Amino acid sequence: MITIENLNFGYSEKRILSISHMEIKEKQHLMILGKSGSGKTTLLHILGGLLKPAQGKVLIDDTDLYQLSGSAMDKYRGQNIGLVFQKAHLISALTVKDNLLLAQYFSGIPQDKGRIKEVLDTLNLGEKLNSKVRQLSQGEQQRVTIARALLNKPRVLLADEPTASLDDDNANSVIQLLKEQAENNNASLIIATHDQRVKDAFDLQLNLNEQ
Amino acid sequence: MNLFLLSWKYIKDKPLNTFLNVLLMGLGIAIILVLLILNSQLEENLSKNKRGIDLVVGAKGSPLQLILANVYHIDFPTGNIKLDEAKALTRNRQVKSAIPLALGDNYQGFRIVGTNHDYTKLYEATLSEGALWKYNLECTIGSNVAMQLGLKVGDVFFGAHGLSDTDLDHDEASYKVVGILEPSNTALDNLILTNIESIWQVHDHSAEEGEEAEHSNEPVLGSAYETGLPEGGPDAEITSMLIQFRSAMGAVTMPRMINSNTNMQAASPAFETQRLFSLMGIGVNMIKSFAYIIIVIAGLSIFISLYNALKDRKYDLAIMRSLGASKSKLFVHVIFEGIIITTIGGVLGFILGHGLVEFLTGLYEKSDAIGISGMVLVKGEFYVLLISVGVGVLASILPAFSAYRTDISKVLAQE
Repeated sequence: MITIENLNFGYSEKRILSISHMEIKEKQHLMILGKSGSGKTTLLHILGGLLKPAQGKVLIDDTDLYQLSGSAMDKYRGQNIGLVFQKAHLISALTVKDNLLLAQYFSGIPQDKGRIKEVLDTLNLGEKLNSKVRQLSQGEQQRVTIARALLNKPRVLLADEPTASLDDDNANSVIQLLKEQAENNNASLIIATHDQRVKDAFDLQLNLNEQ
Repeated sequence: MNLFLLSWKYIKDKPLNTFLNVLLMGLGIAIILVLLILNSQLEENLSKNKRGIDLVVGAKGSPLQLILANVYHIDFPTGNIKLDEAKALTRNRQVKSAIPLALGDNYQGFRIVGTNHDYTKLYEATLSEGALWKYNLECTIGSNVAMQLGLKVGDVFFGAHGLSDTDLDHDEASYKVVGILEPSNTALDNLILTNIESIWQVHDHSAEEGEEAEHSNEPVLGSAYETGLPEGGPDAEITSMLIQFRSAMGAVTMPRMINSNTNMQAASPAFETQRLFSLMGIGVNMIKSFAYIIIVIAGLSIFISLYNALKDRKYDLAIMRSLGASKSKLFVHVIFEGIIITTIGGVLGFILGHGLVEFLTGLYEKSDAIGISGMVLVKGEFYVLLISVGVGVLASILPAFSAYRTDISKVLAQE
């Protein structure tokens, strides 16, 4: 489902990483492992359509990501790629509901409050619908970003260091949650992490330290 | 959710900052609007009142005072002129028409003006009720006089000496209202019009006391109620004459002739009002510059707060991009924020400006006489509101451009 061909990308001028071919099939999950500075965030951004690589192709299904024009790429990203970051980057001027509405608005799909409620309910956030982001705990904010990433039923769910700032219990439960939610939504999950605690969660691994 | 709503929610999230920016913008716009409203109404009313009058002839003194007293009825007269001299002047070939005025009395602050029917024709006034005056001590009153004092046709009142309402009453002779004029938005609205002889009769105590019995019951037809100057004795006086020339040549020769050869003074309303405006213009321009400075500061303040906020918001912007927002959407989002603030400021300024004029005219009793109100739209107001939108665009264009260029990957990588 996700195919990488002849990818060359430089995290810094010294380190050029190349992946000649790699394929992630439907319902397969990938763990990208690497120390900080190994280029895993860069790779994740390339897969997420946020950063054009120096060379190579990224195909999601049959769509060649970097052949899309600027705003078509933005739309495609909004509709097909869900992103979860280490910190919960929510828009603090807005309520939880508005944050999610924004994801629907920007990706150009119809704004559906029923779907928002549904996603929040599966993450036990149903009561927080009209809360301001600032009033939520860190954990709740993290779950809202997961809700936002899943809202548009993406094909791919990308998570960058989702466990870095969590304790052991929470780290594992967030990985389980992401996996569960990805499977419920038929999305492929790709996690980039240097967290030793969760590295064995998936069978398919890409270790950037070895390159 | 849409871009406008998104910008609005950001604005609402910073109420104090928004309040300050809106207030600055509103004050600037309000000051400009106040000046605009006052200036344009003043100009319109001054030019409306002086139309058809080429020259005002009266007693020597300040020419501006002569104009203000006899054309606009807001200042005190410079004094009186001899009826004979005035009559001699009307025989000049250059004079097409001459309307005599006799001032000096008031009723409840409204001026009683002795004149003839030509004066109402000058302003194309029409009657709403009754008739124009014919007999001495009959009067026709302006619409505003009737409304404010509740006078009706047939009412009787005593005039008071002087031009302000605190002076002593003339309780020897009473005026009788015979007609009320339609509103004309000119000086006539605030005047009580009668024959010149009525004014003389009220003032001429010594002559009257002896002949009172003869006068009191039998009304005397005015000697020149329709046009021309009345008949009077050698000592008879009037206050001024409003003169219309036969040709432009009159404007060249008459004022000089009057000013150097007679005891009278000639002043041109066009010239004097222009002089008045150029004097006021200095002050108006200074206040206007001050207002523009406030607007520039408001724009700067909006620019600075947007630009500073951008540092905190670069994650927000990157997230929006990652959610599918195109670069141009972010640009418009930031521009909207600037425009919303300045537009609210503009609307606030609009309300403040008109409210302030209305409030001030309520405080200042003469404003009715000059015909100024806050409840009218004047030319140029539209442009002022356009300015406020323009300031919003200008203040937000740099921050918007910087939002447009947000490098998503770079920002999101800086955890």
